[in-house]
Amino acid sequence: MSRYLIRRILIAVPSLLGISLVLFAVLALAPGDPFSELATNPAIPPSVQAALRAKFGLDDPIAVRYLHWLTAMVHGDWGFSFVSRVNVDTLILQRLPVTLAVIGASQVLALLVALPVGVYAATKPYSAFDQIASTLAFIGFALPTFFTGLVFILIFSIQLNWLPFVFRSDLGSTGFAWLWEEIRQSIMPVLVLGLFQGATWTRFVRSAMLDVIRLDYVTTARSKGLPESGVVLKHIVRNALIPVVTLIALQMPVVFGGAIITEQIFRVPGIGSLLISAILANDTPVIMAVTFVFACLVILFNLIADLLYGWLDPRISYR
Amino acid sequence: MTEDDLRGMIEQVRRGKLTRRAFTGRMIALGLTAPLAAQMLTYSGVAKAQETFIYKPTKRGGGGALKTLWWQAPTLLNPHFAVGTKDQDSSRVFYEPLATWGPDGDLVPLLAAEIPSLDNGGVAKDGMSVTWKLKQGVAWHDGKPFTADDCVFNWAYASDPATAATTIGSYKDVKVAKVDDHTIRVDFPKPTPFWADAFVGVNGMIIPKHLFEAYKGDKSRDAPANLSPVGTGPYTFVAFKPGDLVQGKLNANYHMPNRPYFDTIEVKGGGDAVSAARAVLQTGEYDFAWNMQVEDEILKRLEASGKGHVAIVASGNIEHIQLNNTDPNKEVDGERSSIKTKHPFLTDPAVRNALNLVVDKASVHQYIYGRTGIDTANFVNAPEKFVSHNTHYEFAVAKAIKLLDDAGWKPGADGVREKDGVKLHAVYQTSINAPRQKTQEIVKQACQKAGISIEIKSVTASVFFSSDVANPDTYSHFYCDIQMYTTTMSQPDPGIFMRQFMTSEVATRANKWQGRNITRWQNADYDKLHDDSDHELDPVKRAAMFIAMDDMVIKDVVVIPVVTRPSVSAVGASMRVPLSGWDSNFYALQDWYRDA
Repeated sequence: MSRYLIRRILIAVPSLLGISLVLFAVLALAPGDPFSELATNPAIPPSVQAALRAKFGLDDPIAVRYLHWLTAMVHGDWGFSFVSRVNVDTLILQRLPVTLAVIGASQVLALLVALPVGVYAATKPYSAFDQIASTLAFIGFALPTFFTGLVFILIFSIQLNWLPFVFRSDLGSTGFAWLWEEIRQSIMPVLVLGLFQGATWTRFVRSAMLDVIRLDYVTTARSKGLPESGVVLKHIVRNALIPVVTLIALQMPVVFGGAIITEQIFRVPGIGSLLISAILANDTPVIMAVTFVFACLVILFNLIADLLYGWLDPRISYR
Repeated sequence: MTEDDLRGMIEQVRRGKLTRRAFTGRMIALGLTAPLAAQMLTYSGVAKAQETFIYKPTKRGGGGALKTLWWQAPTLLNPHFAVGTKDQDSSRVFYEPLATWGPDGDLVPLLAAEIPSLDNGGVAKDGMSVTWKLKQGVAWHDGKPFTADDCVFNWAYASDPATAATTIGSYKDVKVAKVDDHTIRVDFPKPTPFWADAFVGVNGMIIPKHLFEAYKGDKSRDAPANLSPVGTGPYTFVAFKPGDLVQGKLNANYHMPNRPYFDTIEVKGGGDAVSAARAVLQTGEYDFAWNMQVEDEILKRLEASGKGHVAIVASGNIEHIQLNNTDPNKEVDGERSSIKTKHPFLTDPAVRNALNLVVDKASVHQYIYGRTGIDTANFVNAPEKFVSHNTHYEFAVAKAIKLLDDAGWKPGADGVREKDGVKLHAVYQTSINAPRQKTQEIVKQACQKAGISIEIKSVTASVFFSSDVANPDTYSHFYCDIQMYTTTMSQPDPGIFMRQFMTSEVATRANKWQGRNITRWQNADYDKLHDDSDHELDPVKRAAMFIAMDDMVIKDVVVIPVVTRPSVSAVGASMRVPLSGWDSNFYALQDWYRDA
């Protein structure tokens, strides 16, 4: 087990290096400049822009810039944003709580919808419940989040005037008033993301369940006279969950990465909106940091998923 | 318009026959800026106009929360690092300059006790210096007094290249000296007619010496006050999340009586312009939204709900078409559009004039931009009653056809005109932006009627406006025949703006395409006139020079102005918000209030 872990971690190092190299090269080759806004303003002499580029090392060759970034990263220095001149780790930490709360809540909501609905629909395939659940699930993942987001805003904010559509990270109130405000402003983004994710997962849970439900040992368990709930929970769900766990574990990094479009629509100050504004401003250190953290998380959760298999299915061993 | 005409008009203003505003409007129409027009009047001894904005509240505070939306989020709060309007505006919540530019181009004192002039001896007769008297009794938010030392420090801080300040252009050529605790003198290296640059407007915000002194030069990024500003403004700092939110609360010791009105202020960033307009105009969730780059039709529909209105303030932004004077298809020493070449047909005055005649500006205004883009013959739209012989435009395809016929451009078999084997085929580029693509279509259709073939090209804005030396698609490379974009003239003096037609400013490979003269137009008379205007101390004579320069540019069809783009904001129905097109959106934040 520990040998397996060490080997996996050692494999991760070259893949992370490769990922960072590709990311850096793509960013360096992409057009644009963090100071392009200065270029169209005739009141600012071009030399200012040139001086800024030189000061921030943007004129160095790509290889030199990459090595600078890599050595700093190894020492734990994430660099600073060219645009706000703030340390990148500060920026990310500032965005993390809101991202975790909103995206995390939506993933929990998705699970709460997908697991019971998927399991129940699979135990009674082609029943009325299954048909309705399937139809709704198809509608759910056929509608993109930017569309449902706008529809929600039009209905709940503009027509009914129930919910605010501008997310505020600092509400200026405390106690229950704060909690109530927080819930009110989070409902729409959480619903939009959660229902989309839940729809996909429902389909997945259902088909995973159907694969297992037909197997011989399930029939054996039933013929032994075990109660139906015990058969479903202990024998079917546990085995059906293995592919579902993979899917969810791989989805977890997304919780940290934020949801770019939904965050933009509701003005949620999460990591997704940090990333998109950094991309638009060609703010290389921020883009590098966010995408690199993302890459690390994907590799980490892949490992966690592999370890979880062993717990769910003792037949799997690590070598 | 000559110097004498100008003096005549100023005399009319003095005698009350012409209003100040009408005079300013006419000067703007001639390619000048409102601040320059105001300077002419002050110089000629015409008293400053009454402020039209009336501040009603009779006590400080009690106004509740002021909630504003900037769809580009503020990223930093040090005015000397500001990259765009969003940063300048959010810095302006906490910091103030010595003086600001009002809507008519008048200087309004803020941290200055009075505006320097020839009469009060503030402006030196030889134009070599200007002396500012500072307001006394002003305190920083932390209680320390604001003095001349702070001003001198700001100059030293911004002019140090190691600080990497974006305001360096306003400070690097001047010297600032302390006269006494509340007086400073700005010395110029040469006679300078336009003295109100350092310490004025968006580049003039002053940061406290006692908090930034240790962080001058290389260490500028480490100053804790970069993220928690301590200024002199109407609101004190509460919280800042870069790219998201700026919060402030009432400054109980603000230096103006009964101000500010609101107890807290919030500048929320992010999202898009349409939903920002919605939050102000339709749901009333917010009180003010900045820069409504939204189709006028949508704005009108949102305004119908009655929760707010659109505020339009004239500014110097102009959408214009540039004609290339050099050949974009011939490579000389590794560079296309080199000044060693001549454009095969755009250097023919007949073709230039014909192109000027086929741009249907009225339709562009009416069908594309609406209130957010007004058709213009010149740099800026004239007031309605103003008709001048040297700033008119017309849309006349028939005239264009006749011009081309007379010049010997005959239609070929494919309907495209040609002469001596040169076809009138032009590539017309702009950035990707729906109104621009529609404008391209309008121009293309009219050109086809006149026998000019247009090939449309659209470039992603982040590429088009980048300064990437290696990318051939940037506006400054200008590797095509015609291009269109908006240039800003928000800086108060036309001197800088008019520099973009000087030979010395031509964008070339040698200066990494950083020159401002994108069209590569060269004219020795123009250069000389501009050089002269740099030393001319009489603002009236100087204005006449700028008008003459403007006439040259328009007569030669160096550029074809299309529409002016006023600054458009969304304002809550009960909000009273003074705005100026020549300064920050928050230029008079201390005066904002809500009418009961």
